[in-house]
Amino acid sequence: MLVWSKSGRAGSWAVAALLLGVVYGLPMAMIALASVAGQWNAALPSQLTLVHYAQAVDGDYGQALRTSVLTGLMASGAALVMGSWAALTLRALEARHRKLLDMVFFIPSAVPSVSVGLGLLVAFSRPPVLLNGTSAIVVIAHFVLISAFTYGNVSAGLAGLPPEYEQVAASLGARPLYRLWRVTLPLVTPYLIAAFGLSFALSMGELGATVMLYPPGWVTIPVGIFALTDRGDVFEGAALTMLLAATTLAVLVGLSRLPTRAASR
Amino acid sequence: MATEAVAPAPRQASFDPQALWIAPPVLVLAAFFFYPLGLIAAQSLTGDSDSLSLAHYGAVFASRLFQNALLHTIGIALAASAGCLALGFTLALILSFVPFPGARVLSRIIDTFIALPTFLVALAFTFIYGSAGMLNLSLMELLHLELPPVDFLYSAWGVILAEVTVYTPFVMRPLLAAFSLIELAQIEVATSLGAGPWRIIRRVIFPAAVPALLAGGSLCLLLTVNEFGIVLFIGAKGVITLPLLVYDKAIQEFDYTTACVIAVVNCALSLGLYSLYRLLLTRLR
Repeated sequence: MLVWSKSGRAGSWAVAALLLGVVYGLPMAMIALASVAGQWNAALPSQLTLVHYAQAVDGDYGQALRTSVLTGLMASGAALVMGSWAALTLRALEARHRKLLDMVFFIPSAVPSVSVGLGLLVAFSRPPVLLNGTSAIVVIAHFVLISAFTYGNVSAGLAGLPPEYEQVAASLGARPLYRLWRVTLPLVTPYLIAAFGLSFALSMGELGATVMLYPPGWVTIPVGIFALTDRGDVFEGAALTMLLAATTLAVLVGLSRLPTRAASR
Repeated sequence: MATEAVAPAPRQASFDPQALWIAPPVLVLAAFFFYPLGLIAAQSLTGDSDSLSLAHYGAVFASRLFQNALLHTIGIALAASAGCLALGFTLALILSFVPFPGARVLSRIIDTFIALPTFLVALAFTFIYGSAGMLNLSLMELLHLELPPVDFLYSAWGVILAEVTVYTPFVMRPLLAAFSLIELAQIEVATSLGAGPWRIIRRVIFPAAVPALLAGGSLCLLLTVNEFGIVLFIGAKGVITLPLLVYDKAIQEFDYTTACVIAVVNCALSLGLYSLYRLLLTRLR
């Protein structure tokens, strides 16, 4: 306890409450309010309605939720496989190479997403591989952008793993693949789940690379929100934003409640 | 990102064939990330012809639009990161050292902000501070004004404020971890010896927080230099940053060569900041 006086404590809590309220509470509340606002010509909306949600699900961007979830699942699934593969196999390398490659795997998270989108656009609009205008190029962009985060999460999990488990399994004659499947992976399952959740969330909100690449038939939620607000349909945009936030948080909470074998042991 | 801390498993000096298993992820990354980036660099040098030249760079660097975008990008990133450090330090200080019931849950809720898209805050700000937002409508009603009195949102300040909101959790995370390592007894002894809270913050807490502040601050710089969604959604005419300029050139004007030149500059800036972040992270561990 840093502040002992009652008034000092009350004062610092008031500061915290004010900051948190204005900086985090108010924006969330306003999006929620706008998504149900019928008429909004005064300080607060004069009537409430659910029509924006109906439009968000039914209207021009009704497909966006499905597109975003599919993109997110495919990209995070691929990123999980690649990130875990990279983190696991990196352990067999000498320290020098390991350090270098560790940096290489993190670089996609440091490059602006718009540039990643531009690169894919330039690279796959020409032979040998033409992907421009397909949904695959959007999924690939998301995969590249989130792969660093999955890699980081899984390698953090592996770093915290006591080496004894694998050594004991090896000394008992467990073959590498068996050891991986029955010892290492179950032990890092919580990190795999967290990695999947985080990368799914990042994919759901990805905008920079997607606006560079999306074909007309593959509009994700963030692109839909931008199109709506850009043409002035701000309340429908707010409703779609609420759907995005709710889906993301539901997936994150759901994943955090999954029972894992590591936890039950 | 604490990967360098892995204790190397005891291994023989001879070549380990297991090391080859690293090849598939490296090849995937090369095909979908490094090859496209390489093509951006190539096109920035050749344009649509076959000969190498720096002419495109010269033309871009001479343009007013690019110079303004570069200055805006750096200025906004510096201001937003400073704001994140100030807000993050204040909040982490109160959450750690003047704890109240629910402080832990609250810091986890702020943490989930990291998972939400950045443009969400920009959109929310238009409802609060926009020309037809809550604040302006209230003030106009209250003071009988004809025009909205608050218009900072459509300037660099709007972008900075939105970025501070979004990226403060990235500073709070390492700060809360650093604060949890400070012995509470140390603070209690200092208090019993007569040190006031400000002095304790200055002499005990702040020095312990410097590594976390440096790491969090450099991460904020990197993320704010790369930020796209907030700038796009606020859509102020005078506020154009490098990522937005890349998008404008490529998608609105189909001028891919110029877009590639700007993207190279932007990537160089980001990778420089990323190296700084990694350096601070390993130095200060």
